[in-house]
Amino acid sequence: MMRTAHGQPGSISVPAGRPRQPAARPGFRGRSALWIRRHRVAPYLLLLPSLALIAALVLWPAAQIASLSFQNYGLAQLDGTAPTQWIGLGNYSQILHDPEFWLSLRLSVLSAAVMVPLTLVVGTLVGLLLNRLGSKMRTFVSAVATLAWATPTVSASVIFVWLATPDGGVIDWFLAKLPTWLGGGAHWAGFSWTNSALPAYTLLTALVVWTGFPFIAISVLAGLRTIPSELHESALVDGAGPWRIFWRITYPLLRPIFRVLFLLSIIWDFGVFTQVYIVIGELGQRDMYNLGIYEYATAFQLPPAYGLASALAFILTIILLIVTVGYVRASVRQGALQ
Amino acid sequence: MIIPAARRRATRRRFWTRRTRRAGLNLLGLLVALVTLFPIFWMISTAFKPATEWYSLTPHPLPAHPTLSNFRGVIDGNVIGWPYWNFLKNSLFVTLVSVAASSLVALLAAVAVARFRFRFRTTYLIMLLIVQMLPQQALVIALFIDFRSLGLLDSLVGLVLVYTAFALPVTIWMLRNFVAAVPRELEEAAAIDGAGPYKVFWRILLPLVAPGLVATSVFAFVFAYNEFIFALTFLGTDTAKFTLPLYVQYFYGRNGANWGAIMAASTLFTVPVLAFFLLIQRRLAGGLLAGAVKG
Repeated sequence: MMRTAHGQPGSISVPAGRPRQPAARPGFRGRSALWIRRHRVAPYLLLLPSLALIAALVLWPAAQIASLSFQNYGLAQLDGTAPTQWIGLGNYSQILHDPEFWLSLRLSVLSAAVMVPLTLVVGTLVGLLLNRLGSKMRTFVSAVATLAWATPTVSASVIFVWLATPDGGVIDWFLAKLPTWLGGGAHWAGFSWTNSALPAYTLLTALVVWTGFPFIAISVLAGLRTIPSELHESALVDGAGPWRIFWRITYPLLRPIFRVLFLLSIIWDFGVFTQVYIVIGELGQRDMYNLGIYEYATAFQLPPAYGLASALAFILTIILLIVTVGYVRASVRQGALQ
Repeated sequence: MIIPAARRRATRRRFWTRRTRRAGLNLLGLLVALVTLFPIFWMISTAFKPATEWYSLTPHPLPAHPTLSNFRGVIDGNVIGWPYWNFLKNSLFVTLVSVAASSLVALLAAVAVARFRFRFRTTYLIMLLIVQMLPQQALVIALFIDFRSLGLLDSLVGLVLVYTAFALPVTIWMLRNFVAAVPRELEEAAAIDGAGPYKVFWRILLPLVAPGLVATSVFAFVFAYNEFIFALTFLGTDTAKFTLPLYVQYFYGRNGANWGAIMAASTLFTVPVLAFFLLIQRRLAGGLLAGAVKG
């Protein structure tokens, strides 16, 4: 690679050959171009708009959340009728003694602990299946999976509520028709899925798996197609079964992909919001709040407690950031920053 | 030694096991497809059913007497006072403007990251990865307070700003691979021929990165078209300003049990996106993974 005296090799701001205005004094454009080249600021100028937007609309609000979490900030502060009121760790100590916080945290952790493995397992199985299908069938199944993935969250949530409605919903009808030894029976007729936390989160798990597995399946399929088929064949000749082949060959080779998918799934499923908001019927049923919904309700239900909610938001963010650190490390190890 | 007849038998057996295995796999694939498709199918089917059919204790897969009355109610807007087009217009405005803005800004950043080595480059890239993961339901509190003092609540402009900024990390991350794939030599050759930086950008880089821009626009589009939390918080009171996802949720909240109409609204919101994805499905898969799985 050639490094020229004028800065970066092959950068688009360097006309290397004939200068367009050889003798005349450079105009404003020429002079600014020269200045940009001499001080090597081109990359910074190109980054400026994106940095400004991200700083103003993501980083600054994040800093504000941190600052608000140490304040008593309610309607009076919002309207400017009361001064800023710093209360130190007051919000945090209130949260730690708040049983509702622990309940919502427990729901978030438990639901993620079910949703993440289930999505990964279903997605991986479908990915393995796609890999073994003929090309026509594979195109068909992955097109259908893309549809589930592309269905807007709000639509998917409303559809699942409709499927599980006590009167007229298909799920209850189907379960009532199912033979008893499969767990079916007449007691399912008119069963309400959104009256208490366990059935509601069962429905939510089905919803999250349905929208989440296609991404996993298609990622796993893309990974599988990079594995040379000889490996698989020689293992077959050696008499290895599918279970053994998966754990001894497929999984070790695809481990980087699985690691990223695992971490991404945790981040997505722990922070699940829209689906919960719709399935539990907005903010009515407090015993079904997960951490994100609890934080949102604290901020936007009357009377609003923005300071307290910011402390909850900060805790939620920190939990997700811990997972994100793992995700960043996995990405860096994969050479994503090159 | 294997005698010919036995060998023939063995080959035939292998042929049959292969065939049955193939059939079994195809059957399994079909099952997966049907289960996956069912919720979407049920939404569309319900949207065409008259009330007597969807409100029945023995559901039928297809409407016996298909009707358009559910759609008519949604489009006329006799439920929340505004016709469907009003919300489609809001959504299209917010989506198209933010996609255009974020694509442009992201392309500049992607050129910087893919073409230059500079201080803070790694910091910038890691910042993008982290920013992408910050929970929106947390940031929305501070943004609500800021937008309230700036007078950006109940305004689509505020949403455009947020959607542009939040689409950037993924967009930049994906585009950077597409920019890096454009051979430097092309740009150098054009520069030697006397093309200035703007000409190199418009005539060389942009046409070659165009497929990448399409893939990233799809992502920005899906994000902005589906986004719920910010719309819910910023457009709280002014129903006329609602975007489609908020409209569908509001519609569902107000019409508790009118599932025919709710599914009609949801169909009108969903089916255009699904049709679009089916069209670009094959082209997308590569770009989707290039951006998403690599980090």
